Amino acid sequence: MDSDELLKEAARIAREVAGPASSDVDERSRFPAESVEALRHAGLLGALIPGELGGLGASLAEVAACTETLAAHCASTAMVFAMHQIQVACLVRHGHTDGLGQFTRDVARLGLLLASATTEMGVGGDVRTSICAVEADGDEFAVTKMAPVISYAEEADAVFTTARRAADSPSSDQVIVVCRAADTKLERLSEWNALGFRGTCSNGYRLDARGPLGLVVPDPYAAVSSETMLPVSHVLWASVWLGLANGAMDRARRYVQAEARSKPGVLPPAATRLAEAAVVHAQFKDMVAGATARYEALMDDRGELSSIPFVVGMNALKVSASTLVVDVVSRAMGVCGISAYRQDGEYSLGRYLRDAYGAALMVNNERIHANNAHLLLADRRR
Amino acid sequence: MDEAIRRILADHGRLAVPVADLADDADLYRAGLASHASVNVMLALEDHFDVEFPEGMLRKQTFESIVAIKAALAQLDVVGS
Repeated sequence: MDSDELLKEAARIAREVAGPASSDVDERSRFPAESVEALRHAGLLGALIPGELGGLGASLAEVAACTETLAAHCASTAMVFAMHQIQVACLVRHGHTDGLGQFTRDVARLGLLLASATTEMGVGGDVRTSICAVEADGDEFAVTKMAPVISYAEEADAVFTTARRAADSPSSDQVIVVCRAADTKLERLSEWNALGFRGTCSNGYRLDARGPLGLVVPDPYAAVSSETMLPVSHVLWASVWLGLANGAMDRARRYVQAEARSKPGVLPPAATRLAEAAVVHAQFKDMVAGATARYEALMDDRGELSSIPFVVGMNALKVSASTLVVDVVSRAMGVCGISAYRQDGEYSLGRYLRDAYGAALMVNNERIHANNAHLLLADRRR
Repeated sequence: MDEAIRRILADHGRLAVPVADLADDADLYRAGLASHASVNVMLALEDHFDVEFPEGMLRKQTFESIVAIKAALAQLDVVGS
């Protein structure tokens, strides 16, 4: 599948499957099973996996474009897709064991869905700290984690779980363990009933897993995090939010054009507000494209990826994108007026607005500012 | 220089093991050096040795072991035994 075909397929699934199901997913706070099944069937779950391992060999920019397209129709589907691809990126770039190589082929061949358990009860939201540990027993591991959130855990084929490397490791010496669904017991501890992104099913769980030691990612989580997980997360989350903004802008544009058609020759009052919104929207688009290109250019430069300017820049992407999405959607609402405020009708933007507000809170912007504040103490002019 | 580096690591590194037990080439990140603490170690090294690490040296690898820190300081013309 070339780049055009990939994007067309994502657009088709967004339009024909994810969009029609989106209201039901939102209302019932249910997993967008039909959309994920369509993505699996099209091979898109293995998009980032190289061709020689059975995947589509797509670039991150291509996957980001697919994510954006999905989000315009169903932000929950796009977020599930994004979170899955973040794990795939970690697997492809850091899964250098025989066991993980085989697992990567399985992900591509069977379209396995990957979830993630990074946060843990008792660490205060600091994902770079673990309490639970990998307990090695012969050539097997066991791990038990109390996770306040594991999005779509019950639908996933494996949960990528962070834990201390061994029972005697300090809290910051972490690894990722691939916990396959068949070897994992999940006990639900809390329910996800949130304002937005209701289809991600981000319940809390006690996770008990066992498996072969070959499914422990060999690179330290610190490296996986800085080289792959953080930058890929920020790029793909920003793509979800940009897609949300695109969807809202699309409704606003259609609203203004319908007004213009009803009174040809008269500029509709909302047209100027649309033009103002388009300025912020353009800024948002260019920022996401710029950051995606910057990461793709440096992807294999490990030194540069851990440099302060790069990390501060990717953190800035998260903060900016999560702020701009609320700005653009609110402006689109101003364009459509009461038609957007209504819960029904083709210009309704209620779900877009509710989804948009989640962006600044999932990995709270306050925490990101605090991280950058610390890093900037060590920043130097180039 | 060794002793000063070890003292700074003990004061600012928040390591999970006593600094005295660490070999010169032990991985400090494996020993519990987290990213915020590594910034504080860097600032303390700059203050103690009266140097400023240039941007190009602000990498994880620069602070990954006592040997690596010594090599970085040597590059900045800090002379030590």
